[in-house]
This record gives sequence, structure tokens and C-alpha cells, in this order.
Amino acid sequence: MKLPYSWIKDFVKTDLSPFEIARKLTFAGLEVEGLHYVGLPKPKNTMGTSVTGLEWERDKLVLAEISAINPHPNAERLVLVDLWDGVQQHVVLTGAPNLLHLREAGKLDKPMMVAYAKLGARIYDGHVEGWVETVLKRAKIRGVESYSMVCSEKELGISEEHDGIIIFDDTLPDNSPLPPAGTPLVDVIGDVVFDISLTPNMVRNASVVGVAREIAAICSAPFQEPSYSAEQSGPSIHGRAFIEIRQPQVNPRFTATLIEGVEIAPSPEWLQRRLRLSGQRAINNIVDITNYVMLESGQPLHAFDYDILQQRAGGKAPTLITRFPAHGEGLTTLDGKARTLEPNTILVADSAGALSLGGIMGGAESEVHPGTRNVLLEVASWDYINIRRTVQNQQLQTSQAGYRFSRGVHPAMTVRANLRAAELMRTLGKGIIAQGMLDEYPTPAQTVVVDYPLSACKRLLGLEIAPDEIVRILTALGFAVQVQTDSLNITVPDTRLDISSGVIGIADITEEIARIYGYDNLPNTQIADVMPPQRSNSTFEREERLKDLLTRLSLQEVITYRLTSPAREERLGVPIRYPYLQLAKPITSEMTAMRQSVLSSVLEIAANNSRTALSQALFEIGSAYLLDNGEQNLPTEQARLVMVLTGLREMPVWNGGAPAMKDYFDLKGLVDALVADLHLAAVSVVAAQHGAFHPGKCAELRVNGESAGFFGELHPNVCAVYGLPTEAVLAADFELSVLLNAMPSTYKSSGISRYPSIVEDIALIVDEALPAAQVSALIAQTGGEQLVEVNLFDVYRNESQLGLGKKSLAYRLTYQRQDSTLTDVDAAKLRTKIVRRLEREVGAILRDR
Amino acid sequence: MIEQLEQIEANAMQALAQVQSSAELQTWQNAHLGKKSPLMLVIGNMQSLAKEERPLVGQAGNRIKNNLQTAASARAESLAVAELSAKLKAESIDVTLPGRPHSGGRLHVSNQVLRQIYAIWAEMGFQVYRSRDVETDEYNFQLLNFPVGHPAREMQDTFHTHIPDVILRTHTSPGQIHAMRQFCPEPIRVILPGMCYRYEQITTRSEVQFHQIEGLAVGRNITFSDLKGTLTDFARRMFGQGVRTRFRTSYFPFTEPSAEMDVECFLCSGKGCKVCKYAGWLEILGCGMVHPVVLSNGGYDPQAFTGFAFGMGPERIAMLKYAIEDIRYFWGNDLRFLKQF
Ligand SMILES: [Zn+2]
Repeated sequence: MKLPYSWIKDFVKTDLSPFEIARKLTFAGLEVEGLHYVGLPKPKNTMGTSVTGLEWERDKLVLAEISAINPHPNAERLVLVDLWDGVQQHVVLTGAPNLLHLREAGKLDKPMMVAYAKLGARIYDGHVEGWVETVLKRAKIRGVESYSMVCSEKELGISEEHDGIIIFDDTLPDNSPLPPAGTPLVDVIGDVVFDISLTPNMVRNASVVGVAREIAAICSAPFQEPSYSAEQSGPSIHGRAFIEIRQPQVNPRFTATLIEGVEIAPSPEWLQRRLRLSGQRAINNIVDITNYVMLESGQPLHAFDYDILQQRAGGKAPTLITRFPAHGEGLTTLDGKARTLEPNTILVADSAGALSLGGIMGGAESEVHPGTRNVLLEVASWDYINIRRTVQNQQLQTSQAGYRFSRGVHPAMTVRANLRAAELMRTLGKGIIAQGMLDEYPTPAQTVVVDYPLSACKRLLGLEIAPDEIVRILTALGFAVQVQTDSLNITVPDTRLDISSGVIGIADITEEIARIYGYDNLPNTQIADVMPPQRSNSTFEREERLKDLLTRLSLQEVITYRLTSPAREERLGVPIRYPYLQLAKPITSEMTAMRQSVLSSVLEIAANNSRTALSQALFEIGSAYLLDNGEQNLPTEQARLVMVLTGLREMPVWNGGAPAMKDYFDLKGLVDALVADLHLAAVSVVAAQHGAFHPGKCAELRVNGESAGFFGELHPNVCAVYGLPTEAVLAADFELSVLLNAMPSTYKSSGISRYPSIVEDIALIVDEALPAAQVSALIAQTGGEQLVEVNLFDVYRNESQLGLGKKSLAYRLTYQRQDSTLTDVDAAKLRTKIVRRLEREVGAILRDR
Repeated sequence: MIEQLEQIEANAMQALAQVQSSAELQTWQNAHLGKKSPLMLVIGNMQSLAKEERPLVGQAGNRIKNNLQTAASARAESLAVAELSAKLKAESIDVTLPGRPHSGGRLHVSNQVLRQIYAIWAEMGFQVYRSRDVETDEYNFQLLNFPVGHPAREMQDTFHTHIPDVILRTHTSPGQIHAMRQFCPEPIRVILPGMCYRYEQITTRSEVQFHQIEGLAVGRNITFSDLKGTLTDFARRMFGQGVRTRFRTSYFPFTEPSAEMDVECFLCSGKGCKVCKYAGWLEILGCGMVHPVVLSNGGYDPQAFTGFAFGMGPERIAMLKYAIEDIRYFWGNDLRFLKQF
């Protein structure tokens, strides 16, 4: 929201610089996003605030007086003006379109006051797009010498307007006369535009008066309320127009005044300039006044052509009806759009049909036009939730009225704005205001009173603030305050809707006090409250331990998008188990649903990296979203641990050999390390089948008989569809809770024996199909405590030596006792026991050495 | 005889001076101290000398033998030193050649920042509390004082799903309600990390998913000044002991009063730089006193209890700290990016 400082100053008097005011506003919650300087001196240090615009040189840009206009001898579209700059007379050449019709005028009856730039003045180039500074130089244009110019708004940085030069009115906005020629321009119209970004609770400050009141409160400066009185001298409005509110909840108040005999004309220069500085176009005096009063008060207004309304009513007094649309009813709005209407769109209509989108945008037909003579001025109040819905449905987010109404404007503002605009239409539009005002107010706003304990500041802010200071702050903000023994009786002004009563009101009022007092003026303290009971979060703590372990094992953590599409996950080649939680309105076709597979996410990352990385070892701990309780419930967010290995086992070095690719056993080693370091007991790994994996290189990890998930080499087809290398991609996909729940809270360590150990190797011939894990387990179990290490160091196959379908497993066994020396005899006994058991249970044969 | 011995010594010493290696030294040993060396032959022939000569010649012979042995071992030592240094010299390498790469594992940069934040808050008694990503409209908005149709909802563009009123959380704040309902009426100090989602186009500056970490303290005696002091302590731990903080008025439906905390730019020490847009300050987090409506939705009587809450984005902090220019790097997971942290 853009507001000129000169306008704000109509209502608040302060000596602080605009820059200082902007900083104070920002800290009080009205964030000034930028300052656009229009002539006034810019600050040296902008301290991060966006500062733009042009500083006008006092001696080079002045007010000047044109006394005569003559044609250029050699150019039809140029004129020469006789100009007095307060010091000397000049002949100035200009092509201003708004002087062209006066090219034969010669000496003017009444001199014309303009903005004059002398030789060497720094201005903006009016002929190029955007804001390009230029310095006025001497030139010859079509045989006539030129060294200075009369300026347009664009050349001074006021607006984009370059269709003509500025021609001043005789008086300033406060009706004082314009100063004489030679006065530095900056003293007359020098300005700064505040660009303020407002939070949704601050819409009352989407207005010049609102911001002025804030400045008054923050800077302890005097505030002057605008005048809300109108000189009503025409025949009464009563009986000449009617209002009928059919939806009082949506339209709590509707007011109207009638201004007759207006003359549609351009607005005065100062009003046009203020509108343009505020980012609004100037159209004609009546439309401009509705915009001007909206910007000033924050209350949107709408002007109807009264005669058209009368015609539509068949010559009778029109009735403005606010209602919901009839089935299938539409409306063509001012912007020429034919709109279809949702059932609960509030409309302003008359007996002949819809006139406007209530509170947001007028219809084309009943609009004020150049021939309008009589104006019916609507100022109404609307339910903000209803208006917000219409703004969104109709894509009218840029509507200024919609912006304000969809955040809430107090119904009391209607009467103020109506009187203010009617009076301006009288003074600037030469109209006569009919006596009286139509004011339907079926749902009056309640006056909000807050009983505010004086102890609240200490309790909520941590600082005792003197009652006098609280009263000063609140009064400056427009609250009426009565001081009582231990509390304040605070009446909320009828300009704002953001303060409640009761315990919420206490918080609301405390915020008002704190932000004006200044957050930085409150102390910084330590919490003095009791420390809450400390609670452990074992899932989180275990997960963090697991992450440490994984990084220690040289895995890189990734965090991937949890949004995906079914098509992306289908590539895993396994059936999708549950319906997807789908986005109602996806941003891209790549992200339409919450993922059910974390593995798929990590494989995509591995594929992207495989273009540049020679080796990858990735893990992610993240959720899969499973609608496993039916589609009406929240999904189960199941945490998964996914690991993906691919590429080289070791990075190549300049003095090393060709490094090998990773294989299944790199991943298996990782899983073994994980199981060992998490101290998981009762773990088993069994050959398994899973659609995403190589059918001969896939295993299932079981913990306490429960499946933790699968791991192995990825199926080459899956590699191909993900764009991964088709070999040596290893992956594991585990359900995190199965691992974490099996982590013991503690475990036993064993001592280091002082007694010698006996090491021996045995080789066993077994069936090819017998899993090595089973043999190892039998050995360990049989050896018991005295067998401290079982290490499989060779797997050997040789049909002629071992027989068909046989393999030899070579183990190094280490025997040791904790409390005494183990003899060779003891070791031999153990060995025999082990071999016997293997012979008996799995048909193993001890191989001769 | 004595002269002959002295001549033998002189010859041997002269020959020793010529010895250049341990092999040569061995040859010299044999030639001058061996059984058949001139010295040993003289000493061995003592019997043939006159009786009175014997002691003199014996003494001289032994003296010379000792001299030669001492000189030989000195020579052996110096030769060993020279030979070792020659050997080491021959073994020298180009020490600037690259070493064998070690690629240790790492946490994702977001989790590294989160851990730093957890650690600081843990020391102040705030424990980690996590809650779900997929939420109901009720928890994400209504219970946090965003009524249906409230304009503040526009501050957070929301991903709706095919299930009515089921949305992707737009902030970690629903966790405040979960924590309060679980722990009421005990006082609370928790931090709530998690992934959040906003309906936005993905650009260098905005993402559809991002982490947030929020803090919540509820008790009978917690004030806005406590909020300021605690967050300032946090900022010093996180960004440097000397940094200053400042608080600007802001608006969040679930806190009142609400504020934004700026931290003095830790890249330029507040002097002004490109990152802080020459302001000298960086916007780091939003905070405020827990709104009475939220307290009572959590089960706490707002007349008896107060609380504060704050929230920040670890990705934004990482971007500021490490000059990361594109937020898309975070979920892009390019190893060339991740390996830098
Ligand atoms: Zn900086």
C-alpha cells in the first residue's frame, strides 16, 4: 500500500524525518517496505530500507509562471512559452500535449503555474521506459535554442504520467494560495511515498488516517481527525431512494447519500497527484473522490448514476437491494468480465437486476460516466469472510475495496466516509447534497469494552508500565480509557474490529501497549518459572543414534521430497499397497501425492548423482504415507530407513589399481555392522524374493521373527527405469520402528581374557544349498562361551574334489577361557563336538587338511 | 722395532682414511687388525725379540691395536650415519601428490543445523517433540486461532488433499496443540522440528517443502521479556556471542503479542553486506506470547497460564550461514553440494 507523506501530514504533526517515521512504523507492526522520495532529501544511510526516487535541487527545480504561449516557428507539435522563474524571464520550448491547444493563445489572461527545470537540473528522462536520470543540457531543437524545460509528473518522479506538464491550481489542498514563482518546487510538492505492507489484523491502517493515528501514538505527536460534516442543502433523500437488506448477516449496514447537479470534470491537480502517488489512476472528479476517500479513511465507496437507477425503476424512486443471486444469475462487472456467481455471493441489485458485486466491484451499466449529473453514493459494510470468499472465487485479489472488506471494516466507518465524500463532491464536483442519509443498520456492531487489570503488563510482558503511560498510548490509538483502582475500563474505538473483550481482549490490549511502548524497551530476562518434568523421547534419541552410526559407516544422509506421483513409484515394479493421499491441486504432474516408498525417492537421487559421482553410499530416514486405515482417516506416517550403495568400492587413486565395483557383500557388511552396533539380538537374514530386487541376491532382515524389510542388489530392470547403472546398485528398505524397538536399553560387555587362546582352522563340505549362516550359527551355538570367534574365511567349490552340488566352508575358530588356560585337549573335545553336530544335523563332512 | 710399529700404525690410519663403505671397512679390518696383519705378526713374533725389548714392544703394540680399533669403530659409526641418510634421501617422494581419499559419512546440512539448534535448546531444558506431517484443518488452523475463512490463512498457501479437511501442515505449530493436550496441566518446554509444506512455485527462494523448528514454553509465570531474553541467549549461542537482537511487531494468529526477531548480521558484524541487504540485520524467526485461545484449546486456563512460542527455518539459517544461493539444492541432494558441509 502506497501513501504519500504530504497527505499523512494533513492529520498528524511531527518534526521527525519520513525515514525515522518509517523505522518507527516498521517496529510497531506497519512494515515500511520502501520509501520513494519525490523531491525531498534522501537519507544518507538507508539501513537496509529500500529507498528510491529523486531528490530535487532547490535552486534548479522551481515553481514558475507562464505568461504567454506562442507557436514554434518550425514545428507544429511544439510551442514556445514565456516563463518567469522568479528571477528572470525565459523562452522555453515544450511539446506538452496539454499546451498544444493553446499554441496560438499568445499572452494568457491568467498566468499558468508550472514546474520548471533550469539548465543543469537532474530529472528523469520522460521519453524512456522506467526511471533513468538525466541532466538538462543546452540544445537546439528545430532551430530554437533550448536549455530548460517545464516538467511532467514523470520527469519529476511523481508518477508514470507523461501526457502533459503539471499545471498547478491556484490553491493548495488546505485552500492556502500557491506560493509565488521562484519557490523551490520541493517546498511546494516535495513528498515521500511510504510503501507499507500490512498484516491481516491491521487493515484499519490501509488508510491515510489510520497510519497518521499510528504515527501520532508512536511519536507522541498531535493527531487531527478529518472533518466528517457535509453541507446538505438539497431536497431530502428520503422518498427518493430506498434500501432493502435481505442478508443482514452479510450486509450489516448500508448507507447512501444523494448528490445532485454534479459537473463531471478532471479532479484538481493536487488530488490527482495524491491518487497517482498512491498508485491509483485519476479518472474524473466523482470517481476520484470515491477512491480518495477510500485511501484516506479505509472505507470503500461506490458511486451510482442516480438517473440510470431511476430509469431502471421505471422512473420511480429506485430501491437498492442487497441479496444473494437468483439461480443462474450472472453479472458483467466494470472490467467487462461476464461473471458467473456462486450462490452466496452478495450483490447490490435493484428491481431490474444485479448492479454490482457487493463491496468489491461495480457493474458496467449503472456506473458514473461523463454525462452523469446526479450521484447516489453507496457506502456499506460487509461480512469479511463472505467477501474474502468472493474475492478468491472471482480472482479479484487486486481489488482495493475487496482487500479492505475481506479483512473487515467497522460499520461505523460508513457514515464518516459517506459524509466526507459527499462534501468533496459538493466542493470539488459542484454538486448539491440532498438532506439526510439513508442508513439501514440491521446488525449493529457491539461496542467492545475491555476490563484491563493493571497487573496484566507485568504478568504478560514482564514489566510494570505506569498507568499514565498506558493511558497515553491507548488514548493516542483512539481508545477511551477510564482509570479504576486496579484496572482500566477501556472502550475500543469504532474504527477497528481486531480487539475482543475478556481474556482475549487483555492480550489484544497488551499487544497494543507493548508495540507502541516499543518491544526493544522491554527487558531481556531469563525464565523464572519452574522447570517442567523432563521427558525422554526414546524414538527420537534412538533415531539420532542410528544416524550417527550410519554416518560413521560412511553413509551420506539425503532428505528427499515427500511429494511424488504414483507413476514415479510404479517404476519399483512392486504392487502399491494402499490408495495414495492425493493433492487436491498439484503444482506439477511430478508431485501429485504423498509418497508410499522412501526407496523410490532415494533411487531417484542416486540416479541423478550417478552422472557425476563415481561412488555413492546414501541413506534417508523419512516417512512413507500409508492410507491403511481407510480413505477417510489420516495416513499412517511410517518411518523407513533406506540405504543405497552404488559405484566403486573405493575411490580411484593415482598410485592404485583399478578399483572394484560394490557388490551385495558391501551392503551385507553394512547390515551386519548395523545389527552389531545397534546390539540387536535374535536377528536373522534369509534369502527372499522381492519385485524390486535381483531374484538371486535379495535377503530379508528379520528381527525377533518380525520382518524389518528387504535388502539386496536392485533388479536390473528397476535400475534401467530409474536411469541407474544396470549393475551393482545395492539397496535396503527397512521399517525403522522394527530396528529401533529392538535396540536394547543396555547390553553387557565382556572382559578381555588374560589366558592364551587356541586358534584352528576347519573346513566343512556341505550342500551348495545350505546357507552359510546356518552352519555358522550351529558352530557358535555348539562352541558356547569357550568359542570366542567364528570366522568364515573361504568358500571353495570344486566338483572333482568335493562332488557335485557341494561346497567347502573354511572357518577359523578361536577358543579361549575367561578364567583359566584352555588346553589342547579341551579344544580338541570342543572341535569334535562341533563337527559331530554338523555331521548329524546338516550332513557336513570334515575335510582333511 | 718401535719405529716399525709406528710405521705400521701410520700406514693403517692412512688406509682407514680412504675407507668409504662398510664393505671397505671390513677389508681394512682384515688387512690391519686381522691375524695376518703386520701389527698382529709383530705382536705374534714377540718371542723372537730380546727380553728387555719385549715389554716396550708389547706395550706399544697393544696401544697401537687399541688406537686402530677405536678409529675403526668411529669410522663405522660415521659410515652408518652417511649410509642411512643416503638411503632416506633416495626414498624421498613428492609430498604434494594427492592422498588417498577418505569419504566419511555426513548428515544432510539441514539436519546438521537442526542438531545445533536442538543442542542449544536442550541445555535450556527444551526437549524434542515431533508430530505428524499430514494434519487436519482443525489442528493446522482452527485450534491455532485461524477460523475458517480467516484472512490470516492467506499468509500460508495450503496443500489440500483429496480427503476433505486433511491437509499437509503449513507449519509445525499443530504440534503445539498436540504437546499441550498431552502434557496439560504440567508446564511445558519443547521444541518441535518437522517438515512443512506450502503451495508455492519452486524457485531459487521458495520450496514446496521445508523444515521448521518451533519452540513452546508454557507455565504460570512466563513473560514476553522471558521470550526476548531466552531468544537472545539462543541467538548468541547460534550466531556468535557478540550478536545483538531486535524485535519488531508482527502478526501470527496463534500468538499475541507477536514479534519478529532480527539478529545482527553475523557475516558483516552489522556493518552491512549483500546478504543482509545492507541493513546490518537478518530476519531469523517469528515469535510471540501464546494466544489465550490457543492456550485454552491446549487445555490450559489462560487466566492462570502464559507461554511463549517461536519458529524458524533451518534451511534459511543454513543459506545465510553458508551463502547458499539456491534453496533447491537442499532436496536436490547433489553430492557435490552435500559433501561441502
Ligand atoms: Zn551483513
